[in-house]
Amino acid sequence: MLNYTLRRLAFAVPTLLVISFIIFALLDLAPNDPTGNLPLTIPPEVREEIRRSLGLGEAFPIRYLKWLQQFMVNEPLNLIERILGIEIGNSAERLRVRSWVTRSPVVDLVVERLPQTLLVVGMGYVAGILIALPIGVVSAYRQYSWFDQIGTFVSMVGFSVPTFFTGVLLIVIFSVHLGWFPSIYDTMHQVTHLPSFWVQVRQMVLPVAVLGLYNAAQLSRFVRASMLDNLGQDYVRTARAKGMRERVVLFIHVLRNSLVPVVTVIALGIPTVFSGAIITEQIFRVNGLGQLLITAIQGADIPLVQTLTFIFAVLIVFFNLIADLLYGMLDPRIRYE
Amino acid sequence: MSEATEAYPAAAADPAKAERGQRSLWGDVWRQFRRHRGGMAGAILFLAIVLAVFVGPSLHDVDSQALNVREKNQGVSLLHPMGTDNLGRDMLARILAGGRISLAVGVTAMLLSLFVGSVVGVLAGFVRWLEGPLLRLTDLFLALPLLPLLLVTIMLFRDTLRAMLGPETGIFLLIVFVIGITSWMQTARVVRGAVLSVKEQDFVLAARAIGTRERRIVTRHILPNVLSPIMVSATLGIATAIITESALSFLGLGFPSDFPTWGRLLYDGVNYVQINPSRVIWPGLAISLTVLSINYVGDALRDALDPRLRGR
Repeated sequence: MLNYTLRRLAFAVPTLLVISFIIFALLDLAPNDPTGNLPLTIPPEVREEIRRSLGLGEAFPIRYLKWLQQFMVNEPLNLIERILGIEIGNSAERLRVRSWVTRSPVVDLVVERLPQTLLVVGMGYVAGILIALPIGVVSAYRQYSWFDQIGTFVSMVGFSVPTFFTGVLLIVIFSVHLGWFPSIYDTMHQVTHLPSFWVQVRQMVLPVAVLGLYNAAQLSRFVRASMLDNLGQDYVRTARAKGMRERVVLFIHVLRNSLVPVVTVIALGIPTVFSGAIITEQIFRVNGLGQLLITAIQGADIPLVQTLTFIFAVLIVFFNLIADLLYGMLDPRIRYE
Repeated sequence: MSEATEAYPAAAADPAKAERGQRSLWGDVWRQFRRHRGGMAGAILFLAIVLAVFVGPSLHDVDSQALNVREKNQGVSLLHPMGTDNLGRDMLARILAGGRISLAVGVTAMLLSLFVGSVVGVLAGFVRWLEGPLLRLTDLFLALPLLPLLLVTIMLFRDTLRAMLGPETGIFLLIVFVIGITSWMQTARVVRGAVLSVKEQDFVLAARAIGTRERRIVTRHILPNVLSPIMVSATLGIATAIITESALSFLGLGFPSDFPTWGRLLYDGVNYVQINPSRVIWPGLAISLTVLSINYVGDALRDALDPRLRGR
């Protein structure tokens, strides 16, 4: 297991390096000029000066390596410093990845936006899991019943209808017509007492519902298939033959075994919590990471886009690794050689 | 989603024994496909949408670009069955026009991703020394954050391509290319798996024994036998491509407003949700129904092409 973990880790590093190179190269070789929007009256030598101040003076490989150093070494060090409140080396002199638009370190922007994304989108994912589990269990246990038929149809609809349509539809129904929930998420809102907590809950209902339904539709099928796989196994018959109660058989024996693949699927889906929420955040105007990415893309803020995209890639690789390891840990039949 | 066939065990148990003797492979597939109620409904709905989008404009003969500001934001009427938008353009005509582009994007992007995926899959399954590198490449693509990368690519290359190829062709080619090039991984994996199992079969050995060339073995013996997984991913690929294109358009980085797709129409309609909710509902419904019907067809196809399930 340790051997396997180390090997997987050793493979993750070159993968990330290649991805970082692809992202950097794609953005860097693209035909655009950061000084293109500046007034034409600026003389060429000043323009060159501006470009150099943005870190564009050097050759491509050098810029790439510098960016890599800033992202992989400098920013983590800064984060550690901030969390532990200590100073490592000469932190004031350390180069940081800076946004071209706001001129502030990119990592600060990310840290600013992270809580909203985690709260709204993370909650949507958790809600999806909580909805999917009982639905999957019941539809597998009562296979071909009306509940199962309806569940199959609803989940088919659930992942066929794109989130940008469900979101807008919910806004039309619940904000425009019924006026129950606000359609725009107010990030400035602070929870101080019970009524303001209710305001927070109400503004979270719609985005969480959209994401929850979408995730539940995909996950419930997995739970169902996995439950069905296990329900037909011999050990279930043995457990029943021993005279165990149906509830014990279902929840202790079958459910626990069925959750093994489900847990890995959940782990694999966590990166989409961050990147897949771009659309939902856009619909409900949640100013989280996805919205930061969209504004950065529209403003051609290359360093911010590079860093955000790479963060998403790191998350995907990391959770793939976690899912693989989890699978090996939870399922004793799987032995990595 | 193989569960869907399990829903009809009785149907699978009574194969048409009477017709034995004159059954072909595709006849069997079709017979099994017809048993899948969702698949049939999906196929009919999808054909209806395709028909409406391509034949509709000759029945509903209104220019989708014609402005008429006096008749803006109208509701349902005989002249405008789906109302008009904020510039008085007929919504039905726009939806039909948008559907043509959406479907064209879906099919073309699917063909591209199918081509790349099949080539990678066959090579990875058949050519030993290419297997490692190609699998690494597939893993690498699976680890890329696709939506952000798609957005970035379109943002960066949109203007250049538009200037080179004109506003419509440029954006069409760009979007089809980026969607196709980022969605071949599942196909490649499935095809490789199928190739690995097919190439161990005796008939491949027999073909090799009589001196068939490698290329001929691939085209004549391997490819026809891995056609089923390719067809299933082709069907589902259209749905994914349509969804991805609409998502890009919805984020404002897809097709321009004067050359709209369903996603773009939805995006434009969002700002008028309070005045005219139907501007959001019609395009959204069009996307959802198309994708839903394609998914059902894919589901039924998967079951119909699975020899373990097909009528014994």
